[in-house]
Amino acid sequence: MPTLTIDGQPITVSKGTTVIQAAEALGIYIPRYCYHPGLSIAGSCRMCLVEIEKAPRLEVACYSQAADGMVVHTITENVRLARRSVLEFLLSNHPLDCPVCDQSGECDLQNYYMEFGLYQSRFLENKIKRRKAYPIGPHVMLDNERCILCSRCVRFCDEVSKSHELGIVNRGERSEIALYEGRELNNAYSGNVIDICPVGALTERDFRFQCRVWYLNRTASICPGCARGCNIEIHYNVLRPYQSKGKRILRIKPRFNPAVNKWWICDEGRYGFRHIDASNRLRECEAQTADGVIPLGMETALKTAAAWIGESIEQHGKDSVGFFLSPELSNEDLYAILKLARHLGISKIDFRNPGEHPGFEDNFLIRGDKNPNRRGCVELGLYHRQRENGGWMAEEIKQGTLRMLVAFLQDLSLEPEFKAALVSLKRLIFVGSNSNATSEQAGLVLPSATYAEKNGSFTNFQGRAQRFERALVPLGDSLPENELIARIAAHFRMPEQPFEREQLLLDLRAEFPFFDQSTLDPPDVELAYQTTIAQREHA
Amino acid sequence: MEEIVKVPKQAEKGSGLTFWQRTYVPEIVRGLKLTAAHFFGNLAVHIFHLLGLWTEHRGAATVQYPEEMRGYSSRLRSLHRLTKRADGSPRCVACMMCETICPASCIYIVAAEHPDPNIEKYPESFDIDLGKCVFCGFCVEVCPEDAIRMDTHILDFAAYSREEMIWDIHRLLNNEPRRAEGIGQIRKMK
Repeated sequence: MPTLTIDGQPITVSKGTTVIQAAEALGIYIPRYCYHPGLSIAGSCRMCLVEIEKAPRLEVACYSQAADGMVVHTITENVRLARRSVLEFLLSNHPLDCPVCDQSGECDLQNYYMEFGLYQSRFLENKIKRRKAYPIGPHVMLDNERCILCSRCVRFCDEVSKSHELGIVNRGERSEIALYEGRELNNAYSGNVIDICPVGALTERDFRFQCRVWYLNRTASICPGCARGCNIEIHYNVLRPYQSKGKRILRIKPRFNPAVNKWWICDEGRYGFRHIDASNRLRECEAQTADGVIPLGMETALKTAAAWIGESIEQHGKDSVGFFLSPELSNEDLYAILKLARHLGISKIDFRNPGEHPGFEDNFLIRGDKNPNRRGCVELGLYHRQRENGGWMAEEIKQGTLRMLVAFLQDLSLEPEFKAALVSLKRLIFVGSNSNATSEQAGLVLPSATYAEKNGSFTNFQGRAQRFERALVPLGDSLPENELIARIAAHFRMPEQPFEREQLLLDLRAEFPFFDQSTLDPPDVELAYQTTIAQREHA
Repeated sequence: MEEIVKVPKQAEKGSGLTFWQRTYVPEIVRGLKLTAAHFFGNLAVHIFHLLGLWTEHRGAATVQYPEEMRGYSSRLRSLHRLTKRADGSPRCVACMMCETICPASCIYIVAAEHPDPNIEKYPESFDIDLGKCVFCGFCVEVCPEDAIRMDTHILDFAAYSREEMIWDIHRLLNNEPRRAEGIGQIRKMK
């Protein structure tokens, strides 16, 4: 266990720890390009040079192992001079096209140059021209002129995605990043190379010229794409809607969580936000009448929903009403529905996807179960009926014992059995964010908010309940499910208080010890994607 | 409970007119005297100018605006224009610097992909809401491409509606500078 001193602060680290890691543990940020905690060490950029006492010259902090009695200075005049020279070399062939570069604003070349750079250029030679702005895969754009050859992307493809598409070709100043012959950067995690690229060489095709990054607002969230529950940041533009043609969410970035997704997310999750601003979003309550579909005010619609449920219970008993939930609902939403169901005495509840079969799965992040909160449903005790795929409800509808169904989010007609049964259902209320075959069949449609538009938590397959925060105002009239439920419950003379967000959480943890014991991860206040800048300021 | 103190609201009136002021006539005479002094004074100055005398003394002049206009200082910040490349396309690369710096938030740019990879980015639309603009000139200062200038010397761009005050990229690109020879010079408009 070597003990070393960095900028006057002593720290004891385990053997094999590098100086840059030890400094990070002390909260001292050392500038870097090629070093990334999730990748192997390359030592190619020379940006992290620090002064170590008794060493003949400056050493790279990312490759030097901490030794007992080591005394490190991260900011001295020599270090500043070295970093300035390193930057001068890195920028010698850089095109300086920051005005058209999507990375500007979150570019480490810009950030470090403002701090250490030589503001007057001494470069008189001609810059080497390289190939600019061409796609190297479905999501990634490469600009060889901007590249500083830190090799983070190459190491990512070799070590994390293990797909080996990228390499460095040619020698000397003609070296550049290139795809291997006949390959394409199309692995399931290709988007991560954009995040780890410290400059504007690898940029996002989907986000290209949509918005300058300093216009984006950021909110911590949880990816609803699969049972992994990767920690993400939602980047959205609401102040300048004309820029991105009405799209509010512009990109998803991973948020560091060592226990779940580390620094990465898959491409499926990265681009899985399109339903939020899609044209099939339900914006207002709708009712099916003899004259076709008519829009309804929220108050009228909720009153009708409550009246339907009340009537059905009164005339045909409590067992005539069923709730078909969804594993895409948050713990809070599920619990609110459960509260209402208990109050009304409704016991026919299921949540399983109709017509479900596991999707693509790998041994890294992507799970076959494409729902973010199946574990939450199970832990809330909704999995007690040993019947397949919620098909028992279809059976009961056919028999006529189940006369009314409140369906949340899911398209029930994906299962043939259900599709046939829905026709004989007396009344169907659909609560969901996007329209589908079931919402078109429903007598009453209540629009609900998507995960980006509400607060809540998902329980991932490991049993971590992870909270996500509201980024956007719900579109149109839509409301979070627990609010819809609370307002329906008000028609059954239930008080509002137990449906409030914090109260829901308190009750949930009191009633289900699982949620009390599971780590209810609060989203980090300091967003991971901003740490470079935040840490720099701290240093 | 806090006690609310009532402050009597009474506007203070002027101290009133003196007797002579109230008689009206002396004040009228005083005013006419001032006007007449300026009139005859300037008349004399302009007659001397015609005779080539006393030219270092400036007489009051009337500019027949809008038929005549005075030249403005070359530093004056006037209506914006977007400069063009040699081929007539806008120099602007839609970097959004002006939109970001604008303290009045009156610039609205939408970027798009340019077919030429050496240009990459160009403004699909570039609107300036002149009803909001405060003419600070920050957009000109910040522009890395010299794509926006405020040197047209056009100041008469009033409109009848707020919508007409929003200038789009076509109007901004075709704003020809209307520059006069020197400061204070009067020139006739065609």
